[in-house]
Amino acid sequence: MEKRKKLVELGLKVLNDIKNKKNPTIELPVRTLSNIYFDEKRRLIKIGNKFAKRSYLNIAFSRKFMQTLLVAAEAKKIIDEGVRISIRDLYYALKHTIGDTKENTFEEQSESDPIIEDLEAMLNLLREELNLNADRKGYMAGNIVLRDAGYEIDCSKMGSSGWAIPSNVEKDVIKFVKNEAEYVLVIEKDAVWQRLNEDKFWEKNNCIILTGKGQPARGARRLIHRLHHELKLPIYVLTDADPWGYYIYSVIKQGSINLSFLSERLGTPEAKFIGLTVDDVKEFGISKNVTIKLNENDRKRVKELMGYIWFKPREWQKELKEMLRVGYKLELEALSSKGIRFITKTYLPHKIENKEFLP
Amino acid sequence: MKAEIKEISVSEFFEKNRQLLGYDNKAKALLTIVKEGVDNALDACEEAGILPDIYVSVKEVENEKYEIRIRDNGPGIEKKQIPRVFGKLLYGSKFHRLKQSRGQQGIGISGAVLYSQLTSGEATVVKSSTGDGRTHVYKIKIDVKKNEPIILGEMISFGNVWHGVEIRLIAEGVYKEHKQSILEYLKRTAIINPHANIVFDSPKGRVVFKRATDKLPKEAKEIKIHLDGVEIGLLSRMLYETKARSLETFFTTEFSRIGKKTAIEICNKACIDCKAKPKELREDDIKKLMRAIKHVKLLRPPTDCLSPLGEDVIEAGLKKELNPEFVTAVSRFPSVYRGRPFQVEVGIAYGGSIKQAEIMRFANRVPLLYQQGECAITKSVFSIDWKRYGIQVNSGVISDPVVILVHILSVWVPFTSESKEAIGSYGVIIKEIKLALQDAARKLRLYLAGKRKREHIERKMRIFERYAGEIANSLYILTGVRKDEIYKMLVDLINSKVKGGEEGGHGEKEEVG
Repeated sequence: MEKRKKLVELGLKVLNDIKNKKNPTIELPVRTLSNIYFDEKRRLIKIGNKFAKRSYLNIAFSRKFMQTLLVAAEAKKIIDEGVRISIRDLYYALKHTIGDTKENTFEEQSESDPIIEDLEAMLNLLREELNLNADRKGYMAGNIVLRDAGYEIDCSKMGSSGWAIPSNVEKDVIKFVKNEAEYVLVIEKDAVWQRLNEDKFWEKNNCIILTGKGQPARGARRLIHRLHHELKLPIYVLTDADPWGYYIYSVIKQGSINLSFLSERLGTPEAKFIGLTVDDVKEFGISKNVTIKLNENDRKRVKELMGYIWFKPREWQKELKEMLRVGYKLELEALSSKGIRFITKTYLPHKIENKEFLP
Repeated sequence: MKAEIKEISVSEFFEKNRQLLGYDNKAKALLTIVKEGVDNALDACEEAGILPDIYVSVKEVENEKYEIRIRDNGPGIEKKQIPRVFGKLLYGSKFHRLKQSRGQQGIGISGAVLYSQLTSGEATVVKSSTGDGRTHVYKIKIDVKKNEPIILGEMISFGNVWHGVEIRLIAEGVYKEHKQSILEYLKRTAIINPHANIVFDSPKGRVVFKRATDKLPKEAKEIKIHLDGVEIGLLSRMLYETKARSLETFFTTEFSRIGKKTAIEICNKACIDCKAKPKELREDDIKKLMRAIKHVKLLRPPTDCLSPLGEDVIEAGLKKELNPEFVTAVSRFPSVYRGRPFQVEVGIAYGGSIKQAEIMRFANRVPLLYQQGECAITKSVFSIDWKRYGIQVNSGVISDPVVILVHILSVWVPFTSESKEAIGSYGVIIKEIKLALQDAARKLRLYLAGKRKREHIERKMRIFERYAGEIANSLYILTGVRKDEIYKMLVDLINSKVKGGEEGGHGEKEEVG
């Protein structure tokens, strides 16, 4: 098995350093802004070729070095046993007091999660391939039939809560059986998704509605990627008109800085942005009363976005500049001020019909 | 009414002003008696080239009355000198000479006899032998009006061959073991005289301060006075008392380092014939001479008259009594204040059994316990920025366990008073003390830096070792190689790489390659 071999090789490499009386060192790709680049052709955030050395005999990294090997060993153990566990299980399986000290191997799950990501980047394997699952996050409904762990799921018959998107949506778990939908609508907020589901928006418009509940987890992003690439479905994204909403869109589209090594598998560069935009206020006659004044933090973030290369397209620069000029942001729920079904009856059909998208 | 005008004797004067001799209170009185006895004993032994063996005993005989005995193995005192040495104030061999010694006035031990007689009414018993098989025993009191000894009993015993002096006094006092105590005084005496063996039978039991070196300090030479420190009164008296027939001979024979050329130069500048008879000079002439002296370049006095302990002896003394983890000492070259040679030696002891910071002051190998605040040594110590040398200071007080020893030796130590408790603040003396302390402090800083580095490395090694078990177990799971084998290799790796300082960096960022 490829993944098992990679873990053993990591162990042998470290062991070799020890035998050769060298400072045991693990090399891993740098996962910060300083080591990413924007692939203009593929329109994806990609990881660069800078490597960091994580050494045992370096006081600043000794602990992380130990933690990396602990996670690698645990991954090999569960692969050998043929079980899947959650990343939270992994944290608890590995957390213990070291020797007779007061120090724990891991103090918080927030310490073990990034180590898993390091291992993924280092071995070029998804955590799901290492038999590790994250919490489920995100829901889907629409005219599509799936096979999930052997069971057939008709997403048009999921009732009020929809089908929960699992952590692992790889082909060995999730298969597309039959699709009639014409596009996928990704919605930032769960509450808005519920509104659309209640109105049977997906039935009336023959589409799939999907929410990541905020920043979508990898499962949702990977599923969006597969829906687009395998079923050729257009992806439309609906978020708040604020820098945080825009960034959620950009992660779905181009991938993230932190997981830049996974962009090829998670990103969907062809995704389009429906809204909300600052112009919607004028265009749809939305009352100024429901807009929210930008705070310092918002302004700072808008300016940061303007600097990212993947926000360089003219339309986005114009949108961000306009937001700073008018000085307000807009939440999806603000559309309800025009009536509870304004979003399903007027806003979305208008935007999709006229292809009023931002790139 | 007509006031009666009478001459008073020096004994009478000190009877009324006992604090001038160090008998201000009952606790200090006992200490002063012991101190005078021990100082004399050490001086006598060293002058005779004998390694001192000193015995001190303090015993309470009735409430607040103590019997004090001090015995040495020195050369002893000749029979005919005994009554006057102990029964007459200002009688001694040390006042009229310029030589580095503990006593310098000839008041000390007779002062103790006087205090004993005033507070207990008892006579002092002195035993002495020069090693000829005869021991002379005297019972002595002081005639306060005449400042002369009264001999109350005299005896010779034969047969017992020893040499030295034993003195026994009864005096009022209080025995305490605090900072300014007999115990502390003897401990410090032992530090600064590691060639001495001191046994102390205190009211609370026996304490032995063992000898740490058989090296006797080099004997100090006597020197003549240097013109630089001479005041007009002394010059007049010397001119009157000299045997020299001419002014030129007066200068060349009575003073240190004055040659014929300099003598003539002084006379010429004063416009006085250098063949003039010293005794015939008038007051005006003497004033002219004083002015002329100020304008003549004088050679510095010779400094071989001083007998420093040396850095190794100071270190040995500090080590044996304080058991520190680090000790260093600095001996400065001799210098001169007001025509008098002096020299500064310092020692710094750190850690080990030392629990708190302390300044130990010494003058001519005698510990100074009182008037710390008035002393040039204390002022010098506090003028140094100890933080710069890696020593913790909290609100002006040194909080690290460090003992700072400062020893000043001189043919004439400039004490601020007769009780010899604090050293006068001459600029040149303070400067010398500071230079010596800074030098020693630099060595301490180096030691502390090395120690901190070692501790840092050890701390790091402990962290690496802590993770070794986890790493060995993980690698065992990944590779199947035995846990204990990997663990051993890791520990070896830490020992070979980190201990030597080769690895174990602490970069802020993961190294980017």
